[in-house]
Amino acid sequence: MLRTALRNVLAHRARLSMTALAVMLGVAFVSGTLVFGDTTVQALRGASAKSLENVAVSVQAETERAETGTAPDGEAGGGRTTALTSDLADRIRTVPGVASVHPVVNGTATLAARDGRPLNADNSWQNLATNYAPDNGRDGRDSRYPLAAGRGPLNGGEMALDRRTAEKAGYRVGDTVRFAVDGPTLAKRLVGTVDTDDPRVTAGGTLALFDTGTAQRLFLRAGRFDELAVGSAPGTDDERLTRAVGALLPAEGITATSGARLADEQAKQIAEGTKGLTRMLLVFAGIALFVGVFIIANTFTMLIAQRGRETALLRAVGASRRQVVRAVLIEAALLGLLASAAGFTLGLGIATGLGPLLNTGGAGLPDGPLVISANAWVWSLVVGVGVTVLSAWLPARKAARIAPVEALRGVDQAPSPSGTLLRDIFGGLLAGLGVLIMLYLSAQKDGSETNIMIAALGSVLTLTGVVVLAPLLSRPLVLLIGAVTARLFGVTGRLARENALRNPRRTAATASALMIGLTLITGLNVAGGSIEAAVRDEAVRGLTADYQVSNAGSGGIDPALATRVARIPGVTDTTPLASSVLDVRGEFTTLAGADPRRLGEVSDLAFRSGSLTDLGPGRIALSGELAERTRLSTGDTFTGALGFDAHRQKLTVVGVYQYSRAIGHAIGAMDDVLPHADGGKLDSILLKAAPGHRASGLDQDIRQALGNSPLLQVRDQEQLTEAESGMIDEMLGMMYGLLAMTVLIGGLGVVNTLAMSVFERTREIGLLRAIGLGGKGVRNMVCLESVVISLFGALLGIGTGVFLAWACGSLAGASLPAYETDLPWARLGLHLLLGLTVGILAAIWPARRATRLNMLRSIGTP
Amino acid sequence: MSTQTAASVPARPPAVSAAGATALSKVYGEGEAQVVALDSVSVEFERARFTAIMGPSGSGKSTLMHCVAGLDSVSAGSARIGDIELSALNDRQLTRVRRERVGFVFQAFNLLPTLTALENITLPMAIAGREPDRRWLDTVVAKVGLSERLGHRPAQLSGGQQQRVAVARALVSSPEIIFADEPTGNLDSRAGSEILAFLRDSVRELGQTVVMVTHDPVAASYADRVIFLADGRITDELLAPTAESVLDVMRRFGS
Repeated sequence: MLRTALRNVLAHRARLSMTALAVMLGVAFVSGTLVFGDTTVQALRGASAKSLENVAVSVQAETERAETGTAPDGEAGGGRTTALTSDLADRIRTVPGVASVHPVVNGTATLAARDGRPLNADNSWQNLATNYAPDNGRDGRDSRYPLAAGRGPLNGGEMALDRRTAEKAGYRVGDTVRFAVDGPTLAKRLVGTVDTDDPRVTAGGTLALFDTGTAQRLFLRAGRFDELAVGSAPGTDDERLTRAVGALLPAEGITATSGARLADEQAKQIAEGTKGLTRMLLVFAGIALFVGVFIIANTFTMLIAQRGRETALLRAVGASRRQVVRAVLIEAALLGLLASAAGFTLGLGIATGLGPLLNTGGAGLPDGPLVISANAWVWSLVVGVGVTVLSAWLPARKAARIAPVEALRGVDQAPSPSGTLLRDIFGGLLAGLGVLIMLYLSAQKDGSETNIMIAALGSVLTLTGVVVLAPLLSRPLVLLIGAVTARLFGVTGRLARENALRNPRRTAATASALMIGLTLITGLNVAGGSIEAAVRDEAVRGLTADYQVSNAGSGGIDPALATRVARIPGVTDTTPLASSVLDVRGEFTTLAGADPRRLGEVSDLAFRSGSLTDLGPGRIALSGELAERTRLSTGDTFTGALGFDAHRQKLTVVGVYQYSRAIGHAIGAMDDVLPHADGGKLDSILLKAAPGHRASGLDQDIRQALGNSPLLQVRDQEQLTEAESGMIDEMLGMMYGLLAMTVLIGGLGVVNTLAMSVFERTREIGLLRAIGLGGKGVRNMVCLESVVISLFGALLGIGTGVFLAWACGSLAGASLPAYETDLPWARLGLHLLLGLTVGILAAIWPARRATRLNMLRSIGTP
Repeated sequence: MSTQTAASVPARPPAVSAAGATALSKVYGEGEAQVVALDSVSVEFERARFTAIMGPSGSGKSTLMHCVAGLDSVSAGSARIGDIELSALNDRQLTRVRRERVGFVFQAFNLLPTLTALENITLPMAIAGREPDRRWLDTVVAKVGLSERLGHRPAQLSGGQQQRVAVARALVSSPEIIFADEPTGNLDSRAGSEILAFLRDSVRELGQTVVMVTHDPVAASYADRVIFLADGRITDELLAPTAESVLDVMRRFGS
């Protein structure tokens, strides 16, 4: 039987090639994801291990908030301090086995490039800054940061940069570098560049180095450190050294951790961090394979139908049912094995390309050699072969049921009519249940965990139900589409329609493979488009200001700057906004503070009750959602806790307004808020421009007036909207790319079905040619059948996708009140066009085969 | 080549050729494997006559029909339908000739299973984008006795009925010539004789030209003229044949 199976695979290699391709693509996706995951984790681990290479013990302390005065040069310090001092470092140096102690100061600094534009300001947390601390007894070099050019910074007027950072910014040694730590612009001379493997930097961040004293003044406090990195002498047991160092530590809140443990923890964090991405990719691989199942099952069904007489002959000469099943399964396993092996190779290519692709989107993954674990290839083969064999199972059982007498019948059996009532009832129940669940969901109004689970269940039920019902649905829908093709193309259109109707199960299975991809793409498109529309709507709602000035870092804006902005020519109204944490009856929110009279000039909040003028000391307004959640309404008084110090204060609600992203969920008087704001800084300044000044580069004037700090953001309404919606676009783009794979596999299914149909209808095609249908007519007929099937799948998919997206819309609920299902008609039309294109492309090869059939041999075969 | 002319044949007007071949050769394969299917055959098929081509298996009778009908290319010589030289035409032009001037009835598998009997009958005209002549269609349908079954699919028709649909399809476009390839090969004798009667009547009553390939002497006896082929050459010809006279000629071959 093995030989029969092997011969069959070889004999049908052309017809099996599409199936093999489908399996291959699915497996490529799986293996690519697994290899990519392993490679990324390995590379990140390598980077973290390298950074900890010379750290035997790491001494770290809790950060405390420090009372700091503002230094005159703007180097105000981080407003924090630790218990790690030079003293402590010196004492640790005396512990036997300690070879070196690197005292470390950590912070962030965002650079302005040479041409003035801010560098990576939107991800300011990635822009690392630390101290360049020369090793003991060396020639003034820090072994952690090998110099690429120049020397390390020695005093407060100097700094060094990572080599890549310097290249990106266009700075050379000797240039003056402008940067900001949390607010104002600072400048220092670049004296050297270094190399680093820090994944945050390789992924697009920057690295700035200062001498220790400067770093302490910028980020911490003189004489204090964030970490003491202890290096050990050769032959020292790090664990024992850790205990020895630990014994030396005076205060509570300081801990000594061995380098090995730190590396372990980092590795764990890294694995956790990449798990989400890997899991998402695997979900898409799973979808691709699921779509593949339809094609594989369809192929084997068709092959077995064609081989009916052959199988019957086998049965007649004594093969048992079990042997027939086994032969088919072995054939499937062989196919799965070959396709999986090819898919795995392709997957390596995907894994190689995925990293750079994700990095262009700012994922920040380090480079590294491909890591091919046994895990990856074993799973790829198991999944590929498993899916193929399982898909062939039902067709194989069908094959075994072929009666031996079939061998004696002269004519091919017409395919049995397949509208089995049981299947339709089952499909109806599934789909009905799914639709009911989705309808229930659409009446809910929040995105809680339970509702998401319900949405997933309902979607799967609905989709499965539609797939099961597809043969039943095929008749009316194909008739509908066929009416169009028949009208446009006459007899070939009519023949195409009849051919598509001939075997509803096959048409349905083929269309289903396409439908799943289109359902997902449509659903994503509708939901994504609706979310984007809502975000765009909310981003600047209630805001009439022309510009918002804010800090891209966490430093806020100095209140003194507000008066400077107001004096800029062309600026008419300025309203400073501060914010502070507010605990409203257990709900944590942000209370914005502003001068109520001036706020009216730059906003038009829609008040449901009360008004802006009612605001004042102790009198605040809440958004509708917050009021609802906290059961507060105009006139109520409660005791709120303000700021990180939880200052308790009696507050009266004097108004309820429609939520605005620019303002937030609560607004009060500036005098109540500013004392509790983080660092006593402003959040943003809203301003209006005098007519005629908007277009003339007022934003540049504002930047200049405020010292042109790279962290300074001056954004008009459009830029604010883009900042909110841009990320959604990026994410949707990536998902479309992944789902395109499923459509591709669906398209392969159409090619497959058509090729089979052409093969089965050889004599019909010969007859049509004989009585006068030209080659073009035959090509049209095959192509139109393909189009009819594809459009059927596309219509089902788009319809299901729209319904699911509509029902899931309620999940956006409270977090996005402006959400409304927004049907992107143009894009839906594009999807239909996509279905049409898939149909036309899929027909190319089968149609060529059909026109090249030898007419006489076709008719002659009795 | 011997010609037997029966005394009872009525005098006919000078025959005009509807199709024919001159020094037609057809060779399959090359070198050692070369097979000569037709060896310089010249023949004319007169208009409004029923001609049968007979011969044993492998005699080249089907090949002759295929070449003259424009279904197959020729290796040497020429084949004509009316005054159109087929060997000069490309596939597109040949398709057009078949569609507009030729009707076909095959041994089996004449109909598209997805179309009704009526749709099958009008298929060539639908392909050509022409409206069938309603009255002529009714006449043909009535003639083959299918009026009651026009809405049926081929699977719901008997073998004889299916062949009648095929004959109706060939007749309905009033082609210059109808080629029938063993049209009764798959039928029982009663259904077979019905089909043959239809073909004969279409020649006698409607002036149709029919060329039929067969190996059945009884079927051949319905024709006005029988041409005998053996080893790719015409060996004999019989006018106004009967089953017995055809058998006689065949026996002579055999011995």
